[in-house]
Amino acid sequence: MTALHVLTLSLVVIGAALAVWFRDLLASVIALAGASLLLSLEFYLLQAPDVAIAEAGIGAALTAAIYILAIRKTRPKEEE
Amino acid sequence: MSVIVRTISRVVAPVALAFGAYVIMHGHLTPGGGFQGGAVVASVVALLVVAFGAERWKKWIKVLLPLEDTAALAFVILAFLGVGATFFRNVLAGSGGLFGAPVPQPGPNPGALNTAGTLPLMNWAVGFKVLAGLGAVVLLLALFGREDG
Repeated sequence: MTALHVLTLSLVVIGAALAVWFRDLLASVIALAGASLLLSLEFYLLQAPDVAIAEAGIGAALTAAIYILAIRKTRPKEEE
Repeated sequence: MSVIVRTISRVVAPVALAFGAYVIMHGHLTPGGGFQGGAVVASVVALLVVAFGAERWKKWIKVLLPLEDTAALAFVILAFLGVGATFFRNVLAGSGGLFGAPVPQPGPNPGALNTAGTLPLMNWAVGFKVLAGLGAVVLLLALFGREDG
């Protein structure tokens, strides 16, 4: 069980780092949504399914949609 | 968006809608509740807006904004129903009728759905408020502002 926690949290950190690393903002948002989804999996493993549903709905789906809509109305690339 | 996104959205949206309705309806028994189920349904709204474009759903603004106000009002009215004793008193609990069935005694039960009095109604009010509010936020954000600036 501990290995699963370590794996999930490592993937969350990797996803967050990728969200900072990517120059393409759409890829960055996808990485952030993936990190959020893995975080909701971690909440489920910690036996908090209530928080996991909220995190999956808000963190993974809604904020990603809002970011994508915002990117569509602005520049898709980060400037140097 | 592309044909692939639109086709997948047509498949996923009803399933996610049913799951959100389930989370709201069983909010007093299982994990989740009004806010979580409303967020799931609002993510369906976001999916449809991203996949099919906001112009197609423009007239739904007229539905979502009054729905949010009505649901908030319904929540407050449900809370005031018990104001004779205390605010938020569960006036329907154990009174029979649609939601007030007595809890089977003794011991654990498989989950009797209609035993919680006003709580399911409050869950529905919160769920409709959250789905209308978040859906309206996403829809208005997609509608206004410059395109491809």
